Amino acid sequence: MKHVVELRNITKTYVIGEIQVKALRGISFGIAPGEFVAIMGASGSGKSTLMNILGCLDQPTAGEYYLNNREVSNLSAAELARLRNRELGFVFQSYNLLPRLDAIHNVELPLIYAGVGLAERKERALAALERVGLTERAKHRPVELSGGQQQRVAIARALINEPKLILADEPTGNLDTASSLEIMQIFQELNERRGITVIIVTHEEDIAAFSKRILRFRDGLLIEDAPVVGKGAATHEISR
Amino acid sequence: MKFLDNLWLALDALRSNLMRSILTTLGIVIGIFAVIAMVSIGEGAKSEITGQIEALGSNLLTVTPGRVSSGSSIGAFGSGTSLTQDHLALIEACPSVALAAPEVGSNMSVSVGKTSMITNIIGTTGPYAQIRNLGIERGLFFGTREEDAASRVAVIGAGVAEELFPNQDPIGLSMKIGNVKFTITGLLASKGQSGILSNDDVVYIPITTAQRRLLGARRGQLRAIYVTSKSEDVTDLAVAEIEQALLRDLKDPEAFNVSNQADLISVVEDMTTTMTLLLACIAGISLLVGGIGIMNIMLVSVTERIREIGIRKAIGAQEKEILLQFLLEAATLSLLGGLIGIALGATGAVLLSRALGWQAVVSIEAILMASGISLMIGLFFGVYPARKAARLDPIVALRHE
Ligand SMILES: Nc1ncnc2c1ncn2[C@@H]1O[C@H](COP(=O)(O)OP(=O)(O)OP(=O)(O)O)[C@@H](O)[C@H]1O
Ligand SMILES: [Mg+2]
Repeated sequence: MKHVVELRNITKTYVIGEIQVKALRGISFGIAPGEFVAIMGASGSGKSTLMNILGCLDQPTAGEYYLNNREVSNLSAAELARLRNRELGFVFQSYNLLPRLDAIHNVELPLIYAGVGLAERKERALAALERVGLTERAKHRPVELSGGQQQRVAIARALINEPKLILADEPTGNLDTASSLEIMQIFQELNERRGITVIIVTHEEDIAAFSKRILRFRDGLLIEDAPVVGKGAATHEISR
Repeated sequence: MKFLDNLWLALDALRSNLMRSILTTLGIVIGIFAVIAMVSIGEGAKSEITGQIEALGSNLLTVTPGRVSSGSSIGAFGSGTSLTQDHLALIEACPSVALAAPEVGSNMSVSVGKTSMITNIIGTTGPYAQIRNLGIERGLFFGTREEDAASRVAVIGAGVAEELFPNQDPIGLSMKIGNVKFTITGLLASKGQSGILSNDDVVYIPITTAQRRLLGARRGQLRAIYVTSKSEDVTDLAVAEIEQALLRDLKDPEAFNVSNQADLISVVEDMTTTMTLLLACIAGISLLVGGIGIMNIMLVSVTERIREIGIRKAIGAQEKEILLQFLLEAATLSLLGGLIGIALGATGAVLLSRALGWQAVVSIEAILMASGISLMIGLFFGVYPARKAARLDPIVALRHE
């Protein structure tokens, strides 16, 4: 197995009182290292549910999930926390920065939980901020940053432990076109220059066009898995 | 995650809600204040009592007049009419009595030039200095020669010397008591305060001089007779002998009072115990209330920060790290309250002991104990909120608004 992510017949059923909501109804696919995948589908089709499972924030009701060739669907809470910290970076639609901390302190947070010392934390957090072009905003708190800048801080935070996999659930969902473009260019660069596997959820075709492969969902099922064609053109079109 | 990171986090969280943090710690502050005050007062009283025993010797007896036999019930200290020089002779004759000295006295004005003060004038005899353990700083206490001649000599306390002869050696100088001129022949070492009265504001003169020149009509009445027994072992025997001798003469057992130093000490000890118990109750209750206050505010804090907890968990915080974060916050809150309480308690104890003339006893043990208690309270009452925080599901926490 040489997949970063491999799912076998993953299901997720939410039970609310008497009602069962089948958010995922048997999903199987694999993603190889270095891929750039977009997940699309109507609202309620189970994209976020899937991302939370991929991000080790949640566990499937049934099925197997291999992350870096290790079955993780039955791990303990502590082991899942470790995976979230070391093996992947998660980027949220709503940034999820701590409002009381400035950019650099937000970025270094995962390192605190990885047990890294103060000096090294500062150094690596600054380097990560530099990678997303926010060196001069290091001392700014989230309220003092634009949405796009906040999302770049969140990406720097996701990158800080140098994971091989970045997951982003509608990372441009709250952003205007220009900021969305900036964010997508960062993802593209991470994918192309550093070989990081990127999986994003999006509703917009032109955002999905940055990826190399699109998975489409409907009602908890994977209905289409196709490579992106005419990719260069799409990139060109958006950056116009 | 390093302990220091967590500590910094806790301090930061407390600082961001400074007023709330301060109010929350109040219960602990008051509780710890009471603990420190309790221990300090208890130990201060104990060392004060021990000091008294050492200073006075447990073979000291005090004979004071009691109810006036004629029916007038003015029996306050020194105002009775029952004790006279004759009784002194009876007491001196008791086989177990070593020394006895009479005391007469009154508050009078003492002056040097234009400076004057009202002070306690005590007329007595030579053995008094030995019986009451008066330390002579300079010069001599008077003896039989001065008594026989009713000399106008005075031995003054350190407080009087300071007031009337600032920066001067008073020996050989003269002063006036009322209108009578006295020569100063002795200066006493400072004894400090006892209660609100200074032990140093006192002037001793021969009893004969006092009776003839200063006291007028009540010259024959003794305010007290101070006695020492031959040894501590025969103190009780001496009490019995004196009571028997005086009863034979006065007939009425209420007309006089022989008190042992131990009686006084046990009264003070009872008082101290009551006070300590009272403070312990206050301490216990306010520490409990303080602890509940901390638990309450930590629960509020956890609820307010559910999203923060979700974010921290999403980026890899372990349950035990979240637990430690909130536990440390509660402990820090409580410990800070404890430290404030210790500072206030120590200050209070020092002020109080100064007012009472005690030695300030704020021991390291008391401080360590108080710190320990406040830390334990923080941990105990912080566990529940911290566990609540630690067990939050990351997804649920992240969705929380
Ligand atoms: N915690 C939950 N409890 C119960 N049902 C849930 C829960 N989370 C999601 N669902 C249900 O699961 C289904 C899939 O939800 P999900 O959030 O994955 O959709 P989505 O594809 O991300 O939608 P959107 O594009 O709007 O973000 C929905 O029907 C939703 O109502
Ligand atoms: Mg979603």
